[in-house]
Amino acid sequence: MQIIVCLKQVPDTTEVKINPETNTLMREGVQSVINPFDMYALEEGLRIKESLGQGEVTVLSMGPPQVEDSLREALSLGADRAVLLSDRAFAGADSLATAYTLSRGVAKLGEFGLIICGKQAIDGDTAQVGPSLAEQLDIPHATYVRKVQSVDEEKMVVERMTEDGYEVIELAMPTLITVLKDINQPRLPSLKGKLRAKKAQIEIWGKEDLDVEEERLGLAGSPTQVVKIFTPQRARDCRVLEGTAEEMAKVLAQELKKII
Amino acid sequence: MGGIKVDLGLCTGCSLCAKQCPFGAIEIVEKKAVITDDCTMCGACVDACHFNAITREVAQKEAAPDSSGVWVYAEQIEGQIAFVVYELLGEGRKLADSKGELLGAVLFGSEMEEAARDLIAFGADRVYLLDDPQFFNYHDELYAMALSELIGKEHPEILLLGATTIGRSLGPRVSARVGTGLTADCTGLAIDPENGMLLQTRPAFGGNIMATIVCPSHRPQMATVRPKVFQSAARDPSRTGEIIKVESPQVTLRSKLIERVREQAENVNLQEAEVIVAGGRGLVDEKNFKLLEELAQALGGVVGATRAAVDSGWISYPHQIGQTGKTVSPKLYIACGISGAIQHLAGMQSAETIIAINKNPDAPIFQVAHCGIIGDVFEIIPALLAELKQ
Ligand SMILES: Cc1cc2nc3c(=O)[nH]c(=O)nc-3n(C[C@H](O)[C@H](O)[C@H](O)COP(=O)(O)OP(=O)(O)OC[C@H]3O[C@@H](n4cnc5c(N)ncnc54)[C@H](O)[C@@H]3O)c2cc1C
Ligand SMILES: Nc1ncnc2c1ncn2[C@@H]1O[C@H](COP(=O)(O)O)[C@@H](O)[C@H]1O
Repeated sequence: MQIIVCLKQVPDTTEVKINPETNTLMREGVQSVINPFDMYALEEGLRIKESLGQGEVTVLSMGPPQVEDSLREALSLGADRAVLLSDRAFAGADSLATAYTLSRGVAKLGEFGLIICGKQAIDGDTAQVGPSLAEQLDIPHATYVRKVQSVDEEKMVVERMTEDGYEVIELAMPTLITVLKDINQPRLPSLKGKLRAKKAQIEIWGKEDLDVEEERLGLAGSPTQVVKIFTPQRARDCRVLEGTAEEMAKVLAQELKKII
Repeated sequence: MGGIKVDLGLCTGCSLCAKQCPFGAIEIVEKKAVITDDCTMCGACVDACHFNAITREVAQKEAAPDSSGVWVYAEQIEGQIAFVVYELLGEGRKLADSKGELLGAVLFGSEMEEAARDLIAFGADRVYLLDDPQFFNYHDELYAMALSELIGKEHPEILLLGATTIGRSLGPRVSARVGTGLTADCTGLAIDPENGMLLQTRPAFGGNIMATIVCPSHRPQMATVRPKVFQSAARDPSRTGEIIKVESPQVTLRSKLIERVREQAENVNLQEAEVIVAGGRGLVDEKNFKLLEELAQALGGVVGATRAAVDSGWISYPHQIGQTGKTVSPKLYIACGISGAIQHLAGMQSAETIIAINKNPDAPIFQVAHCGIIGDVFEIIPALLAELKQ
């Protein structure tokens, strides 16, 4: 069974800091990393393959050429194959156009049993690509999966986190899930994996390689448009309390009673 | 296709734009700004440039199809309408009034007639009611099909869903099916007075930047809306409206719900809590979370935590707030022994009032706090509890 893991490269937000004077993001020297949730998606893909005792894990990404580095990292962790969808025509895609492009990549990859996405990407935070991809491929999906209870060629049973607990959902294959971080503990790359990844071939597909409708790609194919971007008012007039613990607690208690 | 253009004659290579670019997509090459492939055409550089050297050409899209009405998806779980629905009705009412259109509510469920009438009391002019035992529990494929068909029949102009577990699963499925845009997790909505379009504002990058998004030529304009951001509608039982019956769709389901489990012990509905008392590494030990629980109880709230506290095993993951945990916007957030890392701020900075207790006066949490106490949590909290008891 082919397991496809969708992986996005994002800026490493642990390195992004706020400039306290201008309240803007300081990005100097910020590295790109694999979207953290997608590391859990990859790990789950590898585990499912191992539990089935057969199959292959393909990592699929859409993005600029430098995403190759992230895909190589995924290979070093144990993915069997890596495909990058990269073309200037894909640039500026919103979640609908991204999911469309990925769906055409999936179509070219051929038969598959399962697609795993992260819960959301930490730059856009939309969490929409997974369900949108499932709809465009006309397969069922489950979001926020925290545990895979069982999986075989025919179906899988997962636990999906909800606001007040969880749901147990059975999905017929082929299907798509998006995963949370408590689903597993990702492994570290092995030395052998690293060596293999170094030499591995990463397939890069442009729009000519895919069976696509051009007007559904990239910025042109995106129904949504960003019209403005701004930094939220951040530096608040933080009222700092002073005095002994008891004095501060007294003032605070009064404040709290006003609020609630 | 549109794009960002740099007028090389005007560009001085000052790099103001590169500093402002949230995506690191501008390089200065030989004293000129060069836009790289990372560009998402957000336009931040256009505003940043002091020399008017950068322009953005917005692709001209065809006119939007005919549509009318503001719709709210009335999410229910086991017959209970979600809180966020009342907030959506409150905000939806304003949007509908400013456009001079009707406010519709879409309710799918089983034996929901009375709830439907209640939605009218909360401001809906029309309720599209699908009443069918098959719809008792939420189901992605079933609900997505029913909602897409209804949109295809009625052509609403705007559709709002709560940014809940359900809304964020149903929304993208429906938007893909009807082929329209969807803006995730909005915290601001307004109608553009010039063209009547819905201006959808949302945080990105963990709340460190805000983006305003439009959907110019596809309908409906869809958004999921963060709970606890907007005021609930007021109930007026004398209001009248119309209930329109909706047929169940014909669909072969490939997934099924086996069981819904409520976790009593883990019953932490952080997203709906009005008051959250959160603890971080500064609490040092699992047993100190008892102190937070006491404070939370005294204030009628629940306990949250940073990833550092969760990873240390002091409290379980459902309590985690932040980029890899939950996003909350309570009325009151008390951060105890929390440094305020950007990933934590991502999940809580939209709280109405933030109070921070931290020993270190330079902790970044004080940058987002409304009220700061520079001190030791182990002295402040017991003193505070004593005060509150009085
Ligand atoms: C990809 C990624 C995702 C992440 N997602 C999240 C997330 O979702 N949520 C999250 O919270 N973090 C997340 N993090 C982790 C985040 O970067 C921080 O490490 C974490 O938030 C720090 O938690 P903390 O504030 O409890 O600990 P620390 O940063 O160690 O801060 C402890 C604070 O307590 C203060 N203190 C100590 N003792 C006392 C005392 N007695 N009285 C008063 N104050 C005291 C100290 O001055 C300090 O400021 C993520 C990181 C990564 C890389
Ligand atoms: N450009 C992309 N390439 C591959 N996978 C992606 C891409 N964008 C999003 N995804 C997948 O979709 C998930 C949700 O992303 P988002 O909807 O952008 O928050 C991610 O965790 C990835 O698994």
